[in-house]
Amino acid sequence: MSGHDAPPTLGLSTGPATSLSYHTGTWRTERPVYVDLAPPCSLACPSGEDIRSWLGSTQEGEAGFETAWRRIVAANPLPAVMGRICYHPCQAACNRGEVDEEVGINAVERFLGDTALERGWALPVPTASSGRRVLVVGSGPAGLSAAYHLRQRGHDVTVREAAAEPGGMMRYGIPAYRLPRTVLAAEIRRIEATGVRIECGVRVDSLDDAQAEFDAVVLTVGAGVAHHVDIPAGAAAKIVDAIDVLRDVASGNAPLLGRRVAVYGGGNTAMDAARTARRLGASDAVVVYRRTREQMPAHPTELEDAVGEGVRVQWLSTISEVSGPTVTIERMELDESGRPVGTGVFEELDADTVMLAVGQEADLSLLSGVDDVDVRDGVIAVDPGTLMTGRDGVFAAGDASPGSRTATFAIGRGARAAAAVDAWLASRVLPAEPVVREAEASRLNAWYYSDAPKQHRAELEAARRVTGFEEVLAGLDAEHAVFEARRCMSCGSCFECDNCFGMCPDDAIRKLGPGMRYEIDYDYCKGCGICAAECPCGAIDMIPEER
Amino acid sequence: MREVLEGSQAVARTVARCRPGVVCAYPISPQTHIVEALSVMARTGELRDCEYVNVESEFSAMSVSIGASAAGSRAYTATASQGLLYMAEAVYNAAGMGLPIVMTVANRAVGAPINIWNDHSDAMAMRDSGWLQLYAADNQEAADLHVIAFAAAEELGIPAMVCMDGFVLTHATDVLELATQEQIDGFLPPYSPTQVLDIDRPTTIGTMAGPESFTETKYLQHLRFLDAADVVEAWSDRFTEAFGREAGGLAVRYDPDTLDRDRSAPPAGAEDLVVVAMGSVIGTLQEAIAPMRAEGLPVRLVGISAYRPFPREALKAALGESRHIVVIDRALELGSGGVLTGCVGRALAGTGSRIHSVVAGLGGRPILEGSLRDVIARALAGEQRGLEFLDLKTGGVPVPPVGATEVAR
Amino acid sequence: MSTVHIPFLQTGTLAVGGRLLDDAERSVQSQADRPSSLTRGHRACQGCAEALAARWVMDTAVEAADGRLVVANATGCLEVFSTLYPESAWKPPWIHSLFANAAAVATGIASSLHAQGRDDVRVLAQGGDGGTVDIGLAAVSGMFERNDDVLYVCYDNQGYMNTGVQRSSATPPSARTATTPAVGRQPGAPQGTGKSMVKIAMAHEIPYVASATVADLRDLEAKVRTAMSIHGARYLHVLVPCPLGWGSSSSESISLSRAAVQSGIFPVVEARAGELTDVQRIRERMDVEAYLRPQARFAHLFKPGGEDALNRWRALAEANIRRYDLLGGRP
Repeated sequence: MSGHDAPPTLGLSTGPATSLSYHTGTWRTERPVYVDLAPPCSLACPSGEDIRSWLGSTQEGEAGFETAWRRIVAANPLPAVMGRICYHPCQAACNRGEVDEEVGINAVERFLGDTALERGWALPVPTASSGRRVLVVGSGPAGLSAAYHLRQRGHDVTVREAAAEPGGMMRYGIPAYRLPRTVLAAEIRRIEATGVRIECGVRVDSLDDAQAEFDAVVLTVGAGVAHHVDIPAGAAAKIVDAIDVLRDVASGNAPLLGRRVAVYGGGNTAMDAARTARRLGASDAVVVYRRTREQMPAHPTELEDAVGEGVRVQWLSTISEVSGPTVTIERMELDESGRPVGTGVFEELDADTVMLAVGQEADLSLLSGVDDVDVRDGVIAVDPGTLMTGRDGVFAAGDASPGSRTATFAIGRGARAAAAVDAWLASRVLPAEPVVREAEASRLNAWYYSDAPKQHRAELEAARRVTGFEEVLAGLDAEHAVFEARRCMSCGSCFECDNCFGMCPDDAIRKLGPGMRYEIDYDYCKGCGICAAECPCGAIDMIPEER
Repeated sequence: MREVLEGSQAVARTVARCRPGVVCAYPISPQTHIVEALSVMARTGELRDCEYVNVESEFSAMSVSIGASAAGSRAYTATASQGLLYMAEAVYNAAGMGLPIVMTVANRAVGAPINIWNDHSDAMAMRDSGWLQLYAADNQEAADLHVIAFAAAEELGIPAMVCMDGFVLTHATDVLELATQEQIDGFLPPYSPTQVLDIDRPTTIGTMAGPESFTETKYLQHLRFLDAADVVEAWSDRFTEAFGREAGGLAVRYDPDTLDRDRSAPPAGAEDLVVVAMGSVIGTLQEAIAPMRAEGLPVRLVGISAYRPFPREALKAALGESRHIVVIDRALELGSGGVLTGCVGRALAGTGSRIHSVVAGLGGRPILEGSLRDVIARALAGEQRGLEFLDLKTGGVPVPPVGATEVAR
Repeated sequence: MSTVHIPFLQTGTLAVGGRLLDDAERSVQSQADRPSSLTRGHRACQGCAEALAARWVMDTAVEAADGRLVVANATGCLEVFSTLYPESAWKPPWIHSLFANAAAVATGIASSLHAQGRDDVRVLAQGGDGGTVDIGLAAVSGMFERNDDVLYVCYDNQGYMNTGVQRSSATPPSARTATTPAVGRQPGAPQGTGKSMVKIAMAHEIPYVASATVADLRDLEAKVRTAMSIHGARYLHVLVPCPLGWGSSSSESISLSRAAVQSGIFPVVEARAGELTDVQRIRERMDVEAYLRPQARFAHLFKPGGEDALNRWRALAEANIRRYDLLGGRP
């Protein structure tokens, strides 16, 4: 033998997985990075709910329901209410609308809200007290939200409400067929159970007195006064304010309206009024609106529901005169800028009663004589960031302050006001709301979402609706709520579908376990971009590699 | 037990007694009788725990053998001529991978023109493939060489061809004494591959070597091949001791007078003309030279048994002081001469030897004793030229019949 | 179809996994401790679908065989990028011999294991389209015909990519390769050329033949599992986009596979004993352009004069849709 070191075999065999010593990550020109972007639903939610997150918990079924509900009430203490009355701008923004149909967020919220009421889940009670006293004037959605969030921060909160019962427009403006009073009362009681004191039938008429009693005041007095238009009317004409009718119905004093009712206006109150008129026995309810369907401020579903109950709409029409059993209507047309102008063509409409639903105003009598709180355009002027009025320690939110007059907006502003009061009481600067990147539909890879239509809530038959004030929409059952929640595409936030992990040709992604998501092994990731391209929810960015 | 057997049957039975796990072959004359016999034995159960695989080509036959060997089986195949060339890529591959496959080559000419008869041009085409090439002088050795081939190949991790002349040996019947099953079981160690596709100890076999490692890989293969001469010789010696007859070895010595094979025969002397040859022509040479020796002519015979590795030292030892060589070659390096002659010449470089190259028996042309004696005599007389084609007919090949081409058109 | 249908759980059957799935419903690739038979450190190009498909196939096979799997690999990209000595990216016992002989080497392994009484150890052979459809066809056909106990997997990237993108007989007509340049009257690979290995395999009437893509992991895993549940010769043909050879972005390997299926260009089928038993229906029908346009090898189809070839693609898709009823009766 030649005494050399030749191996016994020559196949250049080698050990398994020895390639780990070769780091292909050096090839990379772009690197994938996991991101968490803001979903359009949450960005569109005036209440500031983290919708994606609570839908995510709901997806887990029974085990996740309470977590989901707690995630809602972190922003909105009234899920059962809002699950019924919210116009759900979240759904209009939902990216799933571009795939099949938007997720029925509102229905899931209601399911969670109702489940919480059924099971008696309580809101958190603050353990520590700040020792500071805050007055909230008005118990509408803005007031209740402000009170709740202030209480969560440990403040001693009193709500003073001029009406006999708390709830504001939720109690007196929204018909019971849309929001059963028991649901509203239960959710308000639950807020009271956290230590918020609500005093009804107490009108606050002096800001100075209030400030003397409390460390801070939040004005959430709403906009419960009907706006009026001047219409020539004969002596026999019966003209009423829609908001008053709704309030009377809500207070148990349903008025007699007659068989033919004309409702003047195009907002949600007009829809509520017309539908209420039908329930009160009107065989004919006509909404007279001076613009077109596209321009109508009422939410499309409200209009649909109204029409479904037999309400008619007279588009491009103004009421020019009310004279007893008939109403004179002028046909309108749109000018070049889209504004309605009269055509000089008139027609008659039979109507026993005209209900005016042409807007509402805030009752700002409290501010008469207060010169350091500005009122502009009929509402209380506030700092857009802190919601503080011109007077130190006085804040305003809800319909009495600038912005959208919806319950969801009111809840969001109430929460914001609470944060601002909290900061002001502590002499802290309220941080600006962070700028977030939106998870736009173009980031999604919708291929991966199974085809499944929205779970339609079983609607009561239209005929049955007009006979009374039973709740119109049935809620989802647990199975359907879970199903609906699972339609959420989790836009911009990893939901652990394993696509990146499974589809990496370089085996360069590690799966960290439930809830822990993934980790990219940059020693080996070549930056091909498949993970980003195939991420269903757009939660991976490809960014240029820094060398 | 001595018995009358065809060479192919003798080889098949001996191979079977070496207990291969997989036998895979594609038929080609003159190898067919060997694999037919093995297929029968596998079917009847005489060859136990063995898969006989009929494949669609020699390329696949070798490839199946590669897979089988790598998976831990003693693998055997047989081929010849075109078949060997058709599997050429896999032949090289088996050697590069160090898989100790044993293959019988029933030596046959390579076309064109197509020719099914014997010469060594097929195996010679694979001389640098990295396989051992052991040439049988007769059918007894053909059978015995397979035992040595398995043993040496498996010790070395180098595949081995056992070359036996097609038809001349494969189809010839002799009185033979085959190694029995018990003898082989006692002689041949069980197959224990050093690299195997083992699910418990996974390995990657057949990686790619870049320029940074290919030369070294080949160098190590070369060193291993140098070892092979010792290993082949050692197993041949062990065989002789175990079975009482010679087989294999490197350069084979013959008794100067009886011309019988004898490893203790003295080396040639300075006065001797030595005839170097391999394969079945050795037998003819024994018959041709014996009378010349009786006449007192200084002629010796040296056989090459291990053509690969080429036994330079053993050959030089057998040639002793002789510097006058005639090489009987059964393969032609076109434009140059006999293939074996080239190897002998390289081995004897610097010794001042005169080497005659006699190309004989191409494509099955009988090699006649008389012709061999004639060429040896002329070499002794100094009348033999450097390269000679034995019994070459003058006038080339016959011309096709006149008009046949025209008719065909 | 042997696919697993995942009930609606945010994403369904089409995603790799999902946090809401039961363990039994999880794909092999979604498991944190999957075998990763082809592991990191291999040198495949960025976005190589062959590397991806090979891991998917082999991981499933390893699981199905309870870890007892031996692999024979043909020469080609897959072999070169995974085993440059002294490194190997493979975990199972693996052998590479030659370009044309993976099927025969696998037969040898299977024969050896059978002779050793180790029928529990399963054998997988794999190669590219060149090693399967062209140079290795005889060995593959022989293995099929003998019904050897081997699962043969062809990763079809439609050309000789390892040697610099030359045409193979799996290259589709009109595709530009280095040997079918996009010049002349009929740019790219000649019309009327190319062969279907799936049909060739079916003609052997072997127990199981299937096609799959990297656009549907569940389908691919189910097919490997089905194949592994059968003994005898089995064939799986996987379309694997090649960013280098196709002139596509490295991030598009999955989406191109999807487009190939959804346009009808690449039928995803299953056959047993030569009979077509199932096809994957088109879920969202796409025009052939969705498949062709992102690929530079078809860029000439979208220039003046490319209409004929483009129409031929549409005709091919239509023919596939008819032949395999890819729309399942839908218009």
